[in-house]
Amino acid sequence: MTNRTGKLIEGATGKWEVVIGLEVHAQVLSKAKLFSGAATAFGAAPNAQVSLVDAAMPGMLPVINEFCVEQAIRTGLGLNAKINLVSVFDRKNYFYPDLPAGYQISQYKQPIVGEGVVLVDMPNGETIEVGIERLHLEQDAGKSSHDMHPSLSFVDLNRSGIALMEIVSRPDLRSGEEAAAYLKKLRTILRYLGTCDGNMDEGSMRADVNVSVRKPGAEYGTRCEIKNVNSMRFVQIAAEYEARRQIDLIEGGGKVEQETRLFDSRTGETRTMRSKEEAHDYRYFPDPDLLPLEFEQALIDRIKASLPELPDARKQRYVSQFGLSPYDAGVLVSDAETAAYYEEVAKGRDPKIAANWVTGDLFAMLNRLNLSITQSPVSAANLGALIDLIADNTISGRIAKDVFQIMVETRDAPGAIVEARGLRQVTDTSAIEAAIDAVIAANPDKVAEVAAKPKMAGWFVGQVMQKTGGKANPAVVNQLLAKKLNLPG
Amino acid sequence: MSVDEKTVRKVAKLARLAVPEERLAPMAGELNKILAWVEQLGELDIKNVEPMTSVAKMRLMRRADVVNDGNIADDLMKNAPNAIDNYFTVPKVVE
Repeated sequence: MTNRTGKLIEGATGKWEVVIGLEVHAQVLSKAKLFSGAATAFGAAPNAQVSLVDAAMPGMLPVINEFCVEQAIRTGLGLNAKINLVSVFDRKNYFYPDLPAGYQISQYKQPIVGEGVVLVDMPNGETIEVGIERLHLEQDAGKSSHDMHPSLSFVDLNRSGIALMEIVSRPDLRSGEEAAAYLKKLRTILRYLGTCDGNMDEGSMRADVNVSVRKPGAEYGTRCEIKNVNSMRFVQIAAEYEARRQIDLIEGGGKVEQETRLFDSRTGETRTMRSKEEAHDYRYFPDPDLLPLEFEQALIDRIKASLPELPDARKQRYVSQFGLSPYDAGVLVSDAETAAYYEEVAKGRDPKIAANWVTGDLFAMLNRLNLSITQSPVSAANLGALIDLIADNTISGRIAKDVFQIMVETRDAPGAIVEARGLRQVTDTSAIEAAIDAVIAANPDKVAEVAAKPKMAGWFVGQVMQKTGGKANPAVVNQLLAKKLNLPG
Repeated sequence: MSVDEKTVRKVAKLARLAVPEERLAPMAGELNKILAWVEQLGELDIKNVEPMTSVAKMRLMRRADVVNDGNIADDLMKNAPNAIDNYFTVPKVVE
């Protein structure tokens, strides 16, 4: 493990180290639920996507969706993790109105995926290694709404029985920022793999954040678990708040009690979750309705052969093959759509110039208009065509910026815009010469000045560009000006 | 293995069973008799026997990822007391 003492935070009694581990619930991308044939689509009418199995009617038996199993294996491979050929489903027992069976089918002692590792790039260039302890398959619960009636809670079981992957990290994270970056990387990997849509607004990914603090080098402190945090920013805020709370508590002479806490996104604070004292006694036992889940190595090999290029490998390739900086490469691979867009722009062109346009003008425009890359008004093909127009000297780099703006507004192809608006670069030396001669004739004082101060040439370039409506080829202008003003080189 | 009154009280609470205080001790006694009876199995030598996970010699059944169930909200609500707009309702539980 790298030295991460820079992450220590200051307390009244000296520096403290924050220790964070995440349990991430990721909804498996599948058409049907984990143990029933009901649909998983988001936003259906209440209880429309519920089978008798999901409603836990007596006598109903669960039958596992084999695609969900494959998705879990695929995810395990993407996390560089050990896949277990035999795993066991257990019942986790507790009572809550949105859990109709009174138990959740989960995996306890023998999960489908064992230890793995995720590499997380931090903005400061540091790469941290986060251990994965396990991944297991389990059922989601239904959804309770408490704000639809003065004295009743409403229960919708559409989510009940949808397959979740619970991905448990080791306590390898040392700041709220690292925790958020890890969650982001995990989301990127799952989206590349196509095993979870990563849509945090719809609850497809949620995190339980385990936080403790200790003096550097000491044993782990007592941890608190913050339940159901549903955005990367909130993970960071919750972890930072909780670490500070624990430090203040200990330094004030108190003691951290192991407990489950809730995060309030309005105040940015965590608070004790009441009524859970005995809830942790889940009395797990193997589900007698389900045999152990067994499969052959051949299934793992087949899935492995079908894995896409994952973000770490793709980033490496952008650096080694395209010569991009690790930072630019990291930005471009951070989601599969951006990477696909970039590769289309870069295909057959200078990859660095393509990267500059995508991470520069394109991202700035998308940010400004609050659009995702798939909604971009400028298609990858059109951006590529624009780069071609610069490369073959049809337009200057400066005019290209204007053409780009017009492309955003009109969605037209750059070639058509250049033709229709007469933006073609003037490389005809006689036209440029005429413009230069006119500028020189009109400004004898400046001509005298530039003889003494060659840096003044920039002023002439500006005048000539203005006269030609920005369409003069800057290289030609520089060359001709130097000659006419008798400037060096 | 045996249980005491305290364990019986806890298990009853976790299982949402109302066991009157005066029934706890007798029930612990009854449960201990059952546990002792089951523990006779410990007398068997099973050193060379593979753990059995099921009496049926078969593989876990699988289904394909196909939507072929659901859209029975009206039927589900027939069994539910006080359903409203196809939601199940329960006395308010708020955290």
